[in-house]
Amino acid sequence: MTNGHPVLEAIDHTLEVKNRPPLNRASEWVSTVDHKKIGLMYIAYALVFLIIAGLQAVLMRIQLAVPNNHFVSPQVFNRLFTMHGTTMVFFVGMPILFGFGNYLVPLMIGARDMAFPRLNAFSFWISAFGGVLLYFSYLGGEGLYGAGSAPDVGWFAYAPLTAKAFSPGHSTDYWTLAILLSGIGTTGTALNIVTTTICMRCKGMKMSRLPLFVWLMLVTSGLVFVAVSPLTAAQIMLTLDRYLGAHFFDTQAGGSAVLWMHFFWIFGHPEVYILVLPAFGFVNEIIPVFSRKAIFGYPAMVAASVGIGFISLSVWAHHMFTVGLGPAGNTFFVFATMVISVPTGIKIFNWLATLWGGKIIFRVPMMFCVAFLFQFLIAGLTGIMLSAAPFNWQLSASYFVVAHFHYVLVGAILTSLFGAFYYWYPKAIGRMMSETLGRWHFWLFIIGFHLTFDFMHVPGLLGMPRRIYTYEAGRGWEWWNLIVGIGAAFQVAGILCFVWNLLRSYYHGEPAGNDPWDAWTLEWATPSPPPAYNFAVEPTVFSRRPLWDLKHPEDQDENYE
Amino acid sequence: MMQTASTIPVAAPDRPPWVLPHRGIVGMTCLIIAESAIFIIFVIAYIYYIGKSLSGPTPAQVLELPILGTVCLLSSSFTIHFAVSSLRKANFRGCTLGVTGTVLLGAIFLMTTAREWYHLIHDFGLTIRTNLFGTTFYSLVGLHATHVAVGLTMLTIALALLLSGRLRQTHADRLEVLSLYWHFVDGVWVVVFLVVYVLER
Repeated sequence: MTNGHPVLEAIDHTLEVKNRPPLNRASEWVSTVDHKKIGLMYIAYALVFLIIAGLQAVLMRIQLAVPNNHFVSPQVFNRLFTMHGTTMVFFVGMPILFGFGNYLVPLMIGARDMAFPRLNAFSFWISAFGGVLLYFSYLGGEGLYGAGSAPDVGWFAYAPLTAKAFSPGHSTDYWTLAILLSGIGTTGTALNIVTTTICMRCKGMKMSRLPLFVWLMLVTSGLVFVAVSPLTAAQIMLTLDRYLGAHFFDTQAGGSAVLWMHFFWIFGHPEVYILVLPAFGFVNEIIPVFSRKAIFGYPAMVAASVGIGFISLSVWAHHMFTVGLGPAGNTFFVFATMVISVPTGIKIFNWLATLWGGKIIFRVPMMFCVAFLFQFLIAGLTGIMLSAAPFNWQLSASYFVVAHFHYVLVGAILTSLFGAFYYWYPKAIGRMMSETLGRWHFWLFIIGFHLTFDFMHVPGLLGMPRRIYTYEAGRGWEWWNLIVGIGAAFQVAGILCFVWNLLRSYYHGEPAGNDPWDAWTLEWATPSPPPAYNFAVEPTVFSRRPLWDLKHPEDQDENYE
Repeated sequence: MMQTASTIPVAAPDRPPWVLPHRGIVGMTCLIIAESAIFIIFVIAYIYYIGKSLSGPTPAQVLELPILGTVCLLSSSFTIHFAVSSLRKANFRGCTLGVTGTVLLGAIFLMTTAREWYHLIHDFGLTIRTNLFGTTFYSLVGLHATHVAVGLTMLTIALALLLSGRLRQTHADRLEVLSLYWHFVDGVWVVVFLVVYVLER
C-alpha cells in the first residue's frame, strides 16, 4: 500500500513552509506544544545522555579491564558509577520511553494531540532542566564546603552517606534536585498520557481495541504515579535533612537508614517495570507486523501487563534481603518476586505464539525483537535466582547482580528500543534507516552485549563486589573483566553504526511513504512525518487493526474479535 | 478505491454514542493519586518515628487538638460543593457565596496552623531540628498546609474571575476539577488529624 489518504495529506502540504530561517525554526521547537515535536525532543535529549552515560561506562570498563589499574582515581570512579546509573535511569530510560509514548500514543488512538499540550511542554522542559542540573554539578558541586564535584553517593544514595557530614559540598544536592525535577516532569507526562488515553480516543477506539503499546504506556504511567511519587517524597525529606537540619535519615538523632532504603526501593523496583513495560509495548507492535499475524492473546496480554503493574508494587524489598527483614518479610518478598514471573511468562508465551506459524520477515526491527525475547528470558531467569533470599545473601551487591539488571536494561529495554527506532524512524522522519548499517549495528551490538554481560555474571559468582575501583591480580577475575571490557568496545562500535545510521538516513535514506511495513495501527494512516494535529478528520475505528480493515474491506477484523 | 480512515462505512447504525470522560476530571484524579502517594510516604515516616525521638518535647506535651481549624476545613468541602452546583444552575450569587466561604474557611485553617506553629516554636522551642517528632510533624503538617495554600491561591483566582464576570456556567466543569483538589486536601487532613493529633497524642 502506498499513499492515498487525500484528506490527510492535504494539511501536510498546505501547512508546510519550506526554508524558513534557522532561528525561526529553533524558536518553533522551543515554544512547541506539539506532541510529536516534544516526543522527538525527549528522544534527542535522551540520546545525548545515552552517549554521555555510555562513555562513563566505557571509562569504568577501561579502569577495570586489568587489575591494579590507575586509569582513574577512586573518587572519579565513584562519580562515574553514580552519574552513569542516575543518568541512564532518569535521563535516558524514562525520557526516551516517554518520548516514544508522547509521539505514538496520540497517533495510535487517533487523537490530534495530547490532552494537555502545554503541560506536556512543561513536563519536557522541567525534566530536561533536571538533566542539565545534574551535569552542572561538575561545575557547581564544589560549593561553599569545597568538597566534591559530581555526586558520588551511588544511584540509590543510601543514607547516611548522603548526610551533610559525609557528603559536604553541593554535589548531592544537585543529585537530589535533578531527580526531583525529573520526577515532577515524569509525573506530568504520565498524567498526560493517562488522560489522553482515556479521554482523547477517536470514535470506536474502545479500551479493548487500544494498541497494546498504548495499554502498556497506560500501565507504566499508572505506575509512575504510585512509584515515582514516593521517590519525590523521599527527595523532599533528604533536602529537608540537608538544608533545614531535619533528621529523617540522620542515624545520630534516631533516624533510620533502612527507611531510606525502603522509600528508595518502593520507587526503585517499580521503576524497572516503568522502563520495561514500554519495551514490551514496542515488541507487542513489532512482532505481529513482522510475523504477518495479529497478536496472540490480546486480552491475556492486557491482563498480564496490568498484573505486572500491580505485583511490581509489592516486590521492592528483594533489594534489601541482606538488611535482615526477618522470616515473614523474606518469605513475602521472595514469593511476590517469584509470582511476578507468571504474568511475564504469559507475555513471552504469547509472543512465541504470535511468531508460531507466522510469515516471519527478518528486517532489523524484528531482529532486535527476537534478540529481546532471548535476552529478556535470561534476564528473567537470573532474576528468579536472585529472588531466592539465601542465594541473594551470597550474591547481593556482587557483579552477578550488576550483570542481571544490565541484562534487563540493555538486553531487554535498550535492545527493543533499537528495534523501535528502526520501526518508527520512517514515520517520524519520512525516510527509511539503512538496512545494511542496521545489520552491522545489530550484530556488533549483540556480540558486544553478550561478551560483556554474559561473562559479567562470572566474576560476580567468584565474589567480585560491585563498585570497587580496582582489584588485586590472582583472584581469578582478570580474564573475565578483560572480556567484559572487550565486549564494551563491540557495543561502542555498534552504537556508532546506529548513530551514523540515524544521521545518514536523515539526509540519504529512502523515502518511506505512509506505511513502509504494511502495518495495522493508526499512526501508519498519516503521512510520514505526520502533519501538525495528525488527522484532518478524526478517524473512526471498528477493530484493533484499523488499517487492516482499510486494506481488506472484504475481511474485517471486527468479525473475529 | 482508497478511503480515509475516517470514512470506513458504518455497518451497524445502532452503535451507542461515543462519550468519553471529562479530561480535567481524569487529569485531576491522576494528580490526586500521585499526591496521595507522596502523602502516604510522609505519613509512614511519621508513624514509623512515633516514640523514637531521642529528646523531648513529645507530642503529648505540646500538641492540642486543632478543633477550630478542622471544623473550618471540613465544612469548606460543603461550601465548595455548593459553589459548583450553584454554577451549574447559573446561580452566580450562590457560587460567589460558596467560593468566598471556602476561601475564608481555608484562610482560617491556615491561620490556626500558623498560630499553632508559632506557639510550638516560641513557647516550646520545637523546630524541625529539635527531634524526630519535630522533623516529621513539621514536614507532614507543612506539606498539607502547602497544599491548602495552593488550593487557596487557585480558589482566589476563581473568585476574582467570578467577581469580574468571566466565570460562566460553562466553566462549572472546571470549577468542579478545582473542587476535587480541595476535597482531596480535606481528605488528607482527616488522615493527618487522626495520625498526628489523635493517634500519637
